[in-house]
Amino acid sequence: MRVDLIDKEPSNRVQAFWEGTKAIAAGFATTLRHLFLRPITEEYPEVKRVLPARTRARIVLTRDPDGGERCVACYLCSGVCPVSCISMQSAEAPDGRRFAAWFRINFARCIYCGLCEEACPTSAIQLSSMFETCERDILTLVYEKEDLLVDHGGKDPDYNFYRHAGIVTAIGGKGDHIKEETPVNVRSNMP
Amino acid sequence: MSFESWIIGFSLLVLKLGAVLVFLLLMAAYLVLVERKLLGRIQIRYGPNRAGKYGLLQPFADSIKMMVKEDIVPAAADRTLFLYAPAVVATTALLMFAVIPFGPDITLYGRTIPLVITDLNVGLLYIFALSSLGVYGAALGGWSSNSKYSLLGGIRAAAQMISYELALGLSLIPVVMQAGSFSLVEIVRAQADRPFILVEPVSFAVFFISSLAESKRIPFDLPEAENELGAGFHTEYSGMRFGLFFLGEYVHMQVLGALIAVFFLGGWRGPLLPAPLWLALKMVLVCLVMIWIRGTLPRLRYDQLMSLGWKILVPLTLINIVVTGARLLW
Repeated sequence: MRVDLIDKEPSNRVQAFWEGTKAIAAGFATTLRHLFLRPITEEYPEVKRVLPARTRARIVLTRDPDGGERCVACYLCSGVCPVSCISMQSAEAPDGRRFAAWFRINFARCIYCGLCEEACPTSAIQLSSMFETCERDILTLVYEKEDLLVDHGGKDPDYNFYRHAGIVTAIGGKGDHIKEETPVNVRSNMP
Repeated sequence: MSFESWIIGFSLLVLKLGAVLVFLLLMAAYLVLVERKLLGRIQIRYGPNRAGKYGLLQPFADSIKMMVKEDIVPAAADRTLFLYAPAVVATTALLMFAVIPFGPDITLYGRTIPLVITDLNVGLLYIFALSSLGVYGAALGGWSSNSKYSLLGGIRAAAQMISYELALGLSLIPVVMQAGSFSLVEIVRAQADRPFILVEPVSFAVFFISSLAESKRIPFDLPEAENELGAGFHTEYSGMRFGLFFLGEYVHMQVLGALIAVFFLGGWRGPLLPAPLWLALKMVLVCLVMIWIRGTLPRLRYDQLMSLGWKILVPLTLINIVVTGARLLW
Protein backbone atom coordinates (compact mmCIF):
# COMPACT_ATOMS: atom_id res chain seq x y z
CA MET A 1 0.00 0.00 0.00
CA ARG A 2 1.31 3.43 -0.89
CA VAL A 3 1.43 5.77 2.05
CA ASP A 4 2.03 9.32 0.97
CA LEU A 5 2.16 11.74 3.86
CA ILE A 6 2.15 14.92 1.85
CA ASP A 7 -0.58 14.69 -0.80
CA LYS A 8 -3.43 13.28 1.29
CA GLU A 9 -6.48 15.03 2.64
CA PRO A 10 -6.06 15.96 6.33
CA SER A 11 -8.41 13.20 7.54
CA ASN A 12 -6.63 10.62 5.38
CA ARG A 13 -3.28 11.95 6.47
CA VAL A 14 -3.86 10.84 10.06
CA GLN A 15 -4.96 7.47 8.83
CA ALA A 16 -1.96 7.21 6.50
CA PHE A 17 0.36 8.09 9.36
CA TRP A 18 -1.25 5.42 11.53
CA GLU A 19 -1.09 2.79 8.76
CA GLY A 20 2.53 3.68 8.02
CA THR A 21 3.52 3.43 11.68
CA LYS A 22 1.79 0.06 11.96
CA ALA A 23 3.55 -1.22 8.84
CA ILE A 24 6.97 -0.12 10.07
CA ALA A 25 6.33 -1.65 13.50
CA ALA A 26 5.35 -4.93 11.85
CA GLY A 27 8.64 -4.87 9.94
CA PHE A 28 10.64 -4.33 13.11
CA ALA A 29 8.73 -7.12 14.86
CA THR A 30 9.50 -9.50 12.01
CA THR A 31 13.24 -8.82 12.04
CA LEU A 32 13.31 -9.09 15.82
CA ARG A 33 11.56 -12.46 15.64
CA HIS A 34 13.99 -13.67 13.00
CA LEU A 35 16.87 -12.78 15.30
CA PHE A 36 15.86 -15.66 17.56
CA LEU A 37 15.14 -18.21 14.86
CA ARG A 38 17.58 -20.96 14.06
CA PRO A 39 19.57 -20.10 10.89
CA ILE A 40 18.63 -22.20 7.90
CA THR A 41 22.18 -22.13 6.54
CA GLU A 42 23.74 -25.45 5.53
CA GLU A 43 27.41 -24.96 6.37
CA TYR A 44 29.10 -26.25 3.25
CA PRO A 45 32.32 -28.09 4.00
CA GLU A 46 30.70 -29.82 6.98
CA VAL A 47 27.31 -30.43 5.38
CA LYS A 48 27.31 -31.57 1.77
CA ARG A 49 23.85 -31.91 0.40
CA VAL A 50 23.05 -34.59 -2.17
CA LEU A 51 22.90 -32.75 -5.46
CA PRO A 52 20.15 -33.35 -8.04
CA ALA A 53 20.87 -35.94 -10.74
CA ARG A 54 20.90 -33.25 -13.42
CA THR A 55 23.53 -31.09 -11.71
CA ARG A 56 25.97 -29.80 -14.30
CA ALA A 57 29.51 -30.09 -13.00
CA ARG A 58 32.67 -31.98 -14.00
CA ILE A 59 32.31 -33.89 -17.27
CA VAL A 60 32.94 -37.65 -17.40
CA LEU A 61 33.14 -40.23 -20.17
CA THR A 62 30.92 -43.21 -19.33
CA ARG A 63 31.08 -46.84 -20.37
CA ASP A 64 28.40 -49.20 -21.69
CA PRO A 65 27.14 -52.16 -19.55
CA ASP A 66 29.81 -54.40 -21.05
CA GLY A 67 32.54 -52.08 -19.91
CA GLY A 68 33.43 -50.75 -23.34
CA GLU A 69 33.95 -47.08 -24.04
CA ARG A 70 30.79 -45.45 -25.32
CA CYS A 71 32.47 -42.58 -27.13
CA VAL A 72 32.51 -43.03 -30.91
CA ALA A 73 34.58 -39.88 -31.51
CA CYS A 74 31.92 -38.25 -33.67
CA TYR A 75 33.12 -34.71 -32.79
CA LEU A 76 29.55 -33.54 -32.10
CA CYS A 77 30.40 -32.48 -28.53
CA SER A 78 33.50 -30.66 -29.63
CA GLY A 79 31.50 -29.05 -32.45
CA VAL A 80 28.68 -27.85 -30.21
CA CYS A 81 30.93 -26.67 -27.39
CA PRO A 82 30.52 -22.85 -27.26
CA VAL A 83 33.96 -22.32 -25.70
CA SER A 84 35.80 -24.99 -27.71
CA CYS A 85 37.12 -26.77 -24.65
CA ILE A 86 36.74 -30.32 -26.02
CA SER A 87 39.23 -31.77 -28.47
CA MET A 88 39.83 -35.32 -29.65
CA GLN A 89 41.27 -37.52 -32.38
CA SER A 90 39.12 -40.29 -33.82
CA ALA A 91 40.39 -43.71 -34.79
CA GLU A 92 38.84 -46.95 -36.02
CA ALA A 93 39.16 -50.34 -34.36
CA PRO A 94 39.59 -53.53 -36.47
CA ASP A 95 35.91 -54.42 -35.88
CA GLY A 96 34.81 -51.19 -37.53
CA ARG A 97 34.05 -49.32 -34.31
CA ARG A 98 35.18 -45.77 -34.03
CA PHE A 99 36.81 -44.63 -30.82
CA ALA A 100 38.75 -41.64 -29.54
CA ALA A 101 42.48 -42.08 -29.84
CA TRP A 102 42.81 -39.23 -27.40
CA PHE A 103 40.19 -37.05 -25.78
CA ARG A 104 40.88 -33.86 -23.91
CA ILE A 105 38.71 -31.38 -22.00
CA ASN A 106 40.10 -28.11 -20.74
CA PHE A 107 38.07 -27.48 -17.57
CA ALA A 108 39.70 -24.10 -17.16
CA ARG A 109 37.64 -23.10 -20.17
CA CYS A 110 34.50 -25.21 -19.71
CA ILE A 111 31.38 -23.26 -18.78
CA TYR A 112 29.40 -26.35 -17.77
CA CYS A 113 26.54 -25.56 -20.15
CA GLY A 114 25.79 -29.23 -20.83
CA LEU A 115 25.45 -28.84 -24.61
CA CYS A 116 28.00 -31.64 -25.16
CA GLU A 117 25.82 -34.00 -23.16
CA GLU A 118 22.78 -33.04 -25.25
CA ALA A 119 24.68 -33.48 -28.49
CA CYS A 120 26.17 -36.88 -27.65
CA PRO A 121 24.47 -39.68 -29.69
CA THR A 122 25.84 -42.49 -27.51
CA SER A 123 25.34 -41.05 -23.99
CA ALA A 124 29.10 -41.19 -23.58
CA ILE A 125 29.85 -37.68 -22.41
CA GLN A 126 27.88 -36.72 -19.31
CA LEU A 127 28.03 -33.99 -16.71
CA SER A 128 28.47 -35.33 -13.18
CA SER A 129 27.81 -33.60 -9.86
CA MET A 130 31.50 -33.45 -8.85
CA PHE A 131 32.03 -29.72 -8.54
CA GLU A 132 35.03 -29.49 -6.22
CA THR A 133 37.61 -29.16 -8.96
CA CYS A 134 39.55 -26.09 -7.84
CA GLU A 135 43.27 -26.15 -8.58
CA ARG A 136 46.14 -23.74 -7.96
CA ASP A 137 47.82 -24.54 -11.28
CA ILE A 138 45.57 -23.92 -14.24
CA LEU A 139 47.23 -26.58 -16.38
CA THR A 140 46.12 -29.31 -13.98
CA LEU A 141 42.59 -28.54 -15.14
CA VAL A 142 43.31 -30.06 -18.55
CA TYR A 143 41.88 -33.58 -18.32
CA GLU A 144 42.91 -36.39 -20.64
CA LYS A 145 40.79 -39.39 -21.65
CA GLU A 146 42.06 -41.58 -18.80
CA ASP A 147 41.16 -38.85 -16.28
CA LEU A 148 37.68 -38.50 -17.77
CA LEU A 149 36.74 -42.17 -18.13
CA VAL A 150 34.62 -43.67 -15.37
CA ASP A 151 33.64 -47.32 -14.91
CA HIS A 152 29.87 -46.93 -15.00
CA GLY A 153 27.09 -45.83 -17.31
CA GLY A 154 26.17 -42.61 -15.54
CA LYS A 155 22.58 -41.49 -15.94
CA ASP A 156 21.90 -44.12 -18.62
CA PRO A 157 23.36 -47.33 -17.14
CA ASP A 158 21.75 -49.93 -19.46
CA TYR A 159 22.27 -48.24 -22.80
CA ASN A 160 24.59 -49.77 -25.34
CA PHE A 161 24.79 -47.77 -28.54
CA TYR A 162 25.94 -50.54 -30.85
CA ARG A 163 23.10 -52.85 -29.78
CA HIS A 164 20.61 -50.27 -31.04
CA ALA A 165 22.47 -48.50 -33.77
CA GLY A 166 22.00 -50.55 -36.94
CA ILE A 167 25.64 -50.25 -37.82
CA VAL A 168 27.56 -53.31 -38.94
CA THR A 169 30.14 -54.16 -36.30
CA ALA A 170 31.42 -57.26 -34.56
CA ILE A 171 28.24 -57.30 -32.44
CA GLY A 172 25.98 -57.85 -35.41
CA GLY A 173 24.91 -56.90 -38.89
CA LYS A 174 21.98 -54.81 -40.04
CA GLY A 175 18.72 -56.08 -38.61
CA ASP A 176 20.35 -58.00 -35.80
CA HIS A 177 20.06 -55.26 -33.22
CA ILE A 178 17.47 -54.77 -30.50
CA LYS A 179 14.06 -53.53 -31.77
CA GLU A 180 15.32 -53.60 -35.34
CA GLU A 181 13.87 -55.29 -38.41
CA THR A 182 15.86 -56.40 -41.41
CA PRO A 183 16.27 -53.42 -43.72
CA VAL A 184 13.96 -53.21 -46.68
CA ASN A 185 15.61 -53.64 -50.03
CA VAL A 186 14.75 -50.27 -51.50
CA ARG A 187 15.06 -51.57 -55.04
CA SER A 188 12.28 -54.11 -54.42
CA ASN A 189 10.09 -51.30 -53.27
CA MET A 190 9.82 -49.50 -56.57
CA PRO A 191 6.47 -48.95 -58.27
CA MET B 1 52.07 25.93 36.99
CA SER B 2 55.28 24.08 37.62
CA PHE B 3 57.07 22.08 34.96
CA GLU B 4 56.44 18.77 36.76
CA SER B 5 52.72 19.28 36.95
CA TRP B 6 52.73 20.28 33.26
CA ILE B 7 54.54 17.02 32.40
CA ILE B 8 52.10 14.98 34.48
CA GLY B 9 49.13 16.72 32.90
CA PHE B 10 50.52 16.18 29.42
CA SER B 11 51.21 12.48 29.98
CA LEU B 12 47.72 12.04 31.45
CA LEU B 13 46.30 13.64 28.33
CA VAL B 14 48.33 11.35 26.07
CA LEU B 15 47.19 8.39 28.18
CA LYS B 16 43.54 9.37 27.80
CA LEU B 17 43.98 9.98 24.08
CA GLY B 18 45.60 6.59 23.64
CA ALA B 19 42.93 4.79 25.64
CA VAL B 20 40.10 6.47 23.70
CA LEU B 21 41.77 5.84 20.35
CA VAL B 22 42.44 2.16 21.05
CA PHE B 23 38.92 1.72 22.40
CA LEU B 24 37.33 3.41 19.37
CA LEU B 25 39.33 1.49 16.80
CA LEU B 26 38.77 -1.88 18.50
CA MET B 27 35.09 -1.10 18.91
CA ALA B 28 34.85 -0.07 15.26
CA ALA B 29 36.42 -3.36 14.19
CA TYR B 30 34.12 -5.41 16.38
CA LEU B 31 31.09 -3.29 15.55
CA VAL B 32 31.55 -4.41 11.95
CA LEU B 33 31.56 -8.02 13.13
CA VAL B 34 28.52 -7.49 15.36
CA GLU B 35 26.69 -5.80 12.52
CA ARG B 36 27.45 -8.61 10.10
CA LYS B 37 26.47 -11.21 12.67
CA LEU B 38 23.23 -9.49 13.61
CA LEU B 39 22.26 -8.81 10.01
CA GLY B 40 22.94 -12.48 9.34
CA ARG B 41 20.72 -13.61 12.18
CA ILE B 42 17.99 -11.18 11.11
CA GLN B 43 18.13 -12.86 7.69
CA ILE B 44 18.14 -16.33 9.38
CA ARG B 45 21.75 -17.09 8.48
CA TYR B 46 24.93 -17.24 10.54
CA GLY B 47 27.08 -14.36 9.37
CA PRO B 48 30.88 -14.70 9.52
CA ASN B 49 31.86 -17.74 11.59
CA ARG B 50 35.01 -19.09 9.97
CA ALA B 51 37.89 -16.92 11.26
CA GLY B 52 38.36 -18.07 14.84
CA LYS B 53 35.61 -19.23 17.17
CA TYR B 54 32.28 -17.57 16.28
CA GLY B 55 34.22 -15.54 13.71
CA LEU B 56 35.88 -13.51 16.48
CA LEU B 57 39.10 -13.08 14.48
CA GLN B 58 37.20 -11.76 11.45
CA PRO B 59 38.09 -8.08 12.12
CA PHE B 60 41.79 -8.98 12.09
CA ALA B 61 41.42 -11.03 8.93
CA ASP B 62 39.59 -8.12 7.31
CA SER B 63 42.17 -5.56 8.33
CA ILE B 64 45.05 -7.74 7.13
CA LYS B 65 43.23 -8.12 3.82
CA MET B 66 42.73 -4.36 3.50
CA MET B 67 46.36 -3.62 4.37
CA VAL B 68 47.85 -5.98 1.80
CA LYS B 69 45.46 -5.15 -1.04
CA GLU B 70 46.69 -3.00 -3.88
CA ASP B 71 46.05 0.71 -3.41
CA ILE B 72 44.61 1.65 -6.78
CA VAL B 73 44.40 5.29 -7.89
CA PRO B 74 42.41 5.72 -11.12
CA ALA B 75 44.45 7.33 -13.90
CA ALA B 76 41.93 10.15 -14.36
CA ALA B 77 41.57 10.87 -10.64
CA ASP B 78 42.65 14.09 -8.96
CA ARG B 79 45.51 12.38 -7.21
CA THR B 80 46.07 14.57 -4.15
CA LEU B 81 42.41 14.92 -3.22
CA PHE B 82 41.81 11.24 -3.94
CA LEU B 83 44.58 10.22 -1.57
CA TYR B 84 43.55 12.53 1.29
CA ALA B 85 39.74 12.32 1.17
CA PRO B 86 39.49 9.08 3.22
CA ALA B 87 41.64 10.62 5.95
CA VAL B 88 39.14 13.49 6.29
CA VAL B 89 36.31 11.08 7.02
CA ALA B 90 38.28 9.03 9.54
CA THR B 91 39.94 12.01 11.26
CA THR B 92 36.80 14.09 11.74
CA ALA B 93 34.98 11.06 13.14
CA LEU B 94 37.79 10.36 15.61
CA LEU B 95 38.23 14.01 16.61
CA MET B 96 34.58 14.32 17.60
CA PHE B 97 35.21 12.05 20.55
CA ALA B 98 37.51 14.62 22.15
CA VAL B 99 34.67 16.48 23.88
CA ILE B 100 32.61 13.50 24.99
CA PRO B 101 32.82 12.96 28.76
CA PHE B 102 33.14 9.33 29.79
CA GLY B 103 32.97 9.73 33.53
CA PRO B 104 32.90 12.17 36.45
CA ASP B 105 36.09 13.83 37.71
CA ILE B 106 38.22 11.36 39.64
CA THR B 107 40.79 12.24 42.29
CA LEU B 108 44.07 10.37 42.15
CA TYR B 109 46.99 11.22 44.51
CA GLY B 110 45.47 14.60 45.19
CA ARG B 111 45.04 15.48 41.51
CA THR B 112 41.61 15.98 39.98
CA ILE B 113 41.45 14.21 36.65
CA PRO B 114 38.44 14.98 34.45
CA LEU B 115 37.39 11.91 32.47
CA VAL B 116 37.09 13.81 29.22
CA ILE B 117 39.84 14.64 26.80
CA THR B 118 38.93 18.31 26.68
CA ASP B 119 35.96 20.06 28.26
CA LEU B 120 35.30 22.61 25.54
CA ASN B 121 32.75 25.25 26.57
CA VAL B 122 31.39 25.18 23.00
CA GLY B 123 31.67 21.41 22.72
CA LEU B 124 28.38 21.10 20.90
CA LEU B 125 29.38 23.60 18.22
CA TYR B 126 32.71 21.78 17.86
CA ILE B 127 30.79 18.54 17.23
CA PHE B 128 28.63 20.18 14.58
CA ALA B 129 31.64 21.77 12.92
CA LEU B 130 33.41 18.43 12.66
CA SER B 131 30.39 16.47 11.52
CA SER B 132 29.85 19.02 8.75
CA LEU B 133 33.51 18.77 7.80
CA GLY B 134 33.19 15.01 7.62
CA VAL B 135 31.01 15.27 4.56
CA TYR B 136 33.93 16.89 2.70
CA GLY B 137 35.59 13.49 2.79
CA ALA B 138 32.68 11.89 0.99
CA ALA B 139 32.08 14.79 -1.41
CA LEU B 140 35.75 15.28 -2.31
CA GLY B 141 36.37 11.55 -2.51
CA GLY B 142 33.45 11.25 -4.91
CA TRP B 143 34.53 14.22 -6.98
CA SER B 144 38.23 13.38 -7.17
CA SER B 145 37.56 9.80 -8.29
CA ASN B 146 36.44 11.21 -11.65
CA SER B 147 33.79 8.55 -12.05
CA LYS B 148 30.07 9.08 -12.60
CA TYR B 149 28.94 6.89 -9.74
CA SER B 150 31.40 8.40 -7.31
CA LEU B 151 30.45 11.92 -8.32
CA LEU B 152 26.75 11.19 -7.89
CA GLY B 153 27.50 9.66 -4.50
CA GLY B 154 29.52 12.69 -3.46
CA ILE B 155 26.80 15.11 -4.59
CA ARG B 156 24.19 13.10 -2.76
CA ALA B 157 26.34 13.14 0.38
CA ALA B 158 26.57 16.93 0.22
CA ALA B 159 22.86 17.39 -0.52
CA GLN B 160 21.91 15.01 2.27
CA MET B 161 24.17 16.87 4.66
CA ILE B 162 22.45 20.17 3.86
CA SER B 163 19.01 18.65 4.44
CA TYR B 164 19.91 17.06 7.73
CA GLU B 165 22.46 19.27 9.37
CA LEU B 166 19.78 21.87 10.04
CA ALA B 167 17.40 19.45 11.73
CA LEU B 168 20.32 17.88 13.59
CA GLY B 169 21.45 21.21 14.98
CA LEU B 170 18.00 22.58 15.73
CA SER B 171 16.94 19.38 17.50
CA LEU B 172 19.63 19.99 20.11
CA ILE B 173 18.64 23.59 20.90
CA PRO B 174 16.04 22.41 23.46
CA VAL B 175 18.72 20.26 25.10
CA VAL B 176 21.01 23.28 25.32
CA MET B 177 18.11 25.33 26.71
CA GLN B 178 17.46 22.70 29.36
CA ALA B 179 21.12 22.34 30.32
CA GLY B 180 22.00 26.03 29.92
CA SER B 181 25.36 25.20 28.38
CA PHE B 182 27.08 24.14 25.15
CA SER B 183 29.56 22.03 27.10
CA LEU B 184 28.92 18.30 26.94
CA VAL B 185 30.17 17.90 30.50
CA GLU B 186 27.58 20.42 31.68
CA ILE B 187 24.85 18.73 29.64
CA VAL B 188 25.58 15.40 31.37
CA ARG B 189 25.70 17.18 34.72
CA ALA B 190 22.26 18.69 34.05
CA GLN B 191 20.81 15.21 33.63
CA ALA B 192 21.59 14.22 37.21
CA ASP B 193 17.96 13.69 38.21
CA ARG B 194 16.45 12.64 34.85
CA PRO B 195 17.79 11.85 31.35
CA PHE B 196 16.66 14.38 28.73
CA ILE B 197 14.88 11.70 26.67
CA LEU B 198 12.02 11.98 29.20
CA VAL B 199 11.86 15.77 28.89
CA GLU B 200 12.57 16.13 25.18
CA PRO B 201 11.26 13.03 23.36
CA VAL B 202 10.66 14.99 20.13
CA SER B 203 14.23 16.26 20.15
CA PHE B 204 15.42 12.73 20.70
CA ALA B 205 13.40 11.35 17.78
CA VAL B 206 14.53 14.09 15.38
CA PHE B 207 18.16 13.85 16.50
CA PHE B 208 18.12 10.08 16.10
CA ILE B 209 16.65 10.22 12.59
CA SER B 210 19.06 12.99 11.59
CA SER B 211 22.03 11.14 13.00
CA LEU B 212 21.09 8.09 10.94
CA ALA B 213 21.22 10.37 7.90
CA GLU B 214 24.44 11.92 9.17
CA SER B 215 26.15 8.56 9.46
CA LYS B 216 24.96 7.63 5.92
CA ARG B 217 23.29 4.46 7.10
CA ILE B 218 20.16 2.71 5.90
CA PRO B 219 17.47 4.07 5.41
CA PHE B 220 19.51 7.13 4.41
CA ASP B 221 22.45 5.48 2.67
CA LEU B 222 21.84 7.25 -0.63
CA PRO B 223 25.46 8.43 -1.06
CA GLU B 224 26.63 4.82 -1.23
CA ALA B 225 23.45 3.18 -2.56
CA GLU B 226 25.09 0.01 -3.80
CA ASN B 227 22.37 -1.04 -6.20
CA GLU B 228 22.13 2.34 -7.93
CA LEU B 229 25.63 3.76 -7.60
CA GLY B 230 27.76 0.70 -6.95
CA ALA B 231 29.04 1.94 -3.56
CA GLY B 232 28.77 5.64 -4.51
CA PHE B 233 31.56 7.92 -3.34
CA HIS B 234 33.96 5.09 -2.51
CA THR B 235 33.43 3.09 -5.72
CA GLU B 236 36.97 3.71 -6.92
CA TYR B 237 38.70 3.18 -3.59
CA SER B 238 40.51 0.01 -2.68
CA GLY B 239 42.70 -1.36 0.06
CA MET B 240 43.24 0.61 3.23
CA ARG B 241 41.85 3.84 1.77
CA PHE B 242 38.52 2.13 1.39
CA GLY B 243 39.21 0.77 4.88
CA LEU B 244 39.55 4.33 6.18
CA PHE B 245 36.12 5.26 4.78
CA PHE B 246 34.75 2.15 6.41
CA LEU B 247 36.49 2.89 9.69
CA GLY B 248 35.26 6.48 9.59
CA GLU B 249 31.71 5.29 9.08
CA TYR B 250 31.82 2.96 12.06
CA VAL B 251 33.63 5.42 14.32
CA HIS B 252 31.01 7.96 13.30
CA MET B 253 28.33 5.48 14.28
CA GLN B 254 29.92 5.13 17.72
CA VAL B 255 30.30 8.88 18.09
CA LEU B 256 26.63 9.36 17.28
CA GLY B 257 25.79 6.62 19.75
CA ALA B 258 27.87 8.40 22.38
CA LEU B 259 26.27 11.75 21.50
CA ILE B 260 22.77 10.31 21.85
CA ALA B 261 23.87 8.85 25.18
CA VAL B 262 25.30 12.20 26.30
CA PHE B 263 22.42 14.38 25.13
CA PHE B 264 19.45 12.18 25.92
CA LEU B 265 20.34 9.07 27.91
CA GLY B 266 22.23 10.68 30.76
CA GLY B 267 25.77 10.13 29.47
CA TRP B 268 27.94 8.12 31.82
CA ARG B 269 25.31 8.11 34.59
CA GLY B 270 24.01 4.77 35.80
CA PRO B 271 23.85 2.60 38.90
CA LEU B 272 26.40 0.00 40.08
CA LEU B 273 28.72 -0.19 37.06
CA PRO B 274 31.65 2.22 36.56
CA ALA B 275 30.86 5.38 34.57
CA PRO B 276 32.87 4.68 31.36
CA LEU B 277 31.21 1.28 31.11
CA TRP B 278 27.77 2.88 31.30
CA LEU B 279 28.64 5.23 28.46
CA ALA B 280 29.95 2.30 26.41
CA LEU B 281 26.81 0.30 27.14
CA LYS B 282 24.51 3.11 26.06
CA MET B 283 26.65 3.68 22.99
CA VAL B 284 26.49 0.02 22.02
CA LEU B 285 22.74 0.00 22.64
CA VAL B 286 22.25 2.86 20.18
CA CYS B 287 24.50 1.10 17.66
CA LEU B 288 22.49 -2.11 18.03
CA VAL B 289 19.28 -0.20 17.34
CA MET B 290 20.95 1.32 14.26
CA ILE B 291 21.85 -2.18 13.07
CA TRP B 292 18.29 -3.35 13.71
CA ILE B 293 17.02 -0.45 11.64
CA ARG B 294 19.44 -1.37 8.88
CA GLY B 295 18.13 -4.93 8.93
CA THR B 296 14.52 -3.78 8.66
CA LEU B 297 14.01 -0.66 6.58
CA PRO B 298 14.55 -0.16 2.85
CA ARG B 299 16.34 2.87 1.46
CA LEU B 300 14.34 6.06 1.02
CA ARG B 301 13.94 7.63 -2.39
CA TYR B 302 15.85 10.86 -2.82
CA ASP B 303 12.80 13.16 -2.90
CA GLN B 304 11.36 11.37 0.13
CA LEU B 305 14.58 12.06 2.02
CA MET B 306 14.52 15.74 1.05
CA SER B 307 10.87 16.21 1.92
CA LEU B 308 11.29 14.38 5.23
CA GLY B 309 14.21 16.65 6.11
CA TRP B 310 12.81 20.00 5.02
CA LYS B 311 9.05 19.59 5.32
CA ILE B 312 8.77 17.51 8.48
CA LEU B 313 11.89 17.49 10.63
CA VAL B 314 12.88 21.16 10.39
CA PRO B 315 9.37 22.56 11.16
CA LEU B 316 9.02 19.99 13.92
CA THR B 317 12.26 21.09 15.59
CA LEU B 318 11.28 24.76 15.28
CA ILE B 319 7.95 24.08 17.00
CA ASN B 320 9.78 22.04 19.60
CA ILE B 321 12.13 24.94 20.37
CA VAL B 322 9.19 27.31 20.87
CA VAL B 323 7.37 24.80 23.08
CA THR B 324 10.48 24.17 25.18
CA GLY B 325 11.07 27.88 25.52
CA ALA B 326 7.50 28.41 26.67
CA ARG B 327 7.80 25.56 29.14
CA LEU B 328 11.04 26.92 30.58
CA LEU B 329 9.57 30.42 30.90
CA TRP B 330 6.42 29.42 32.78
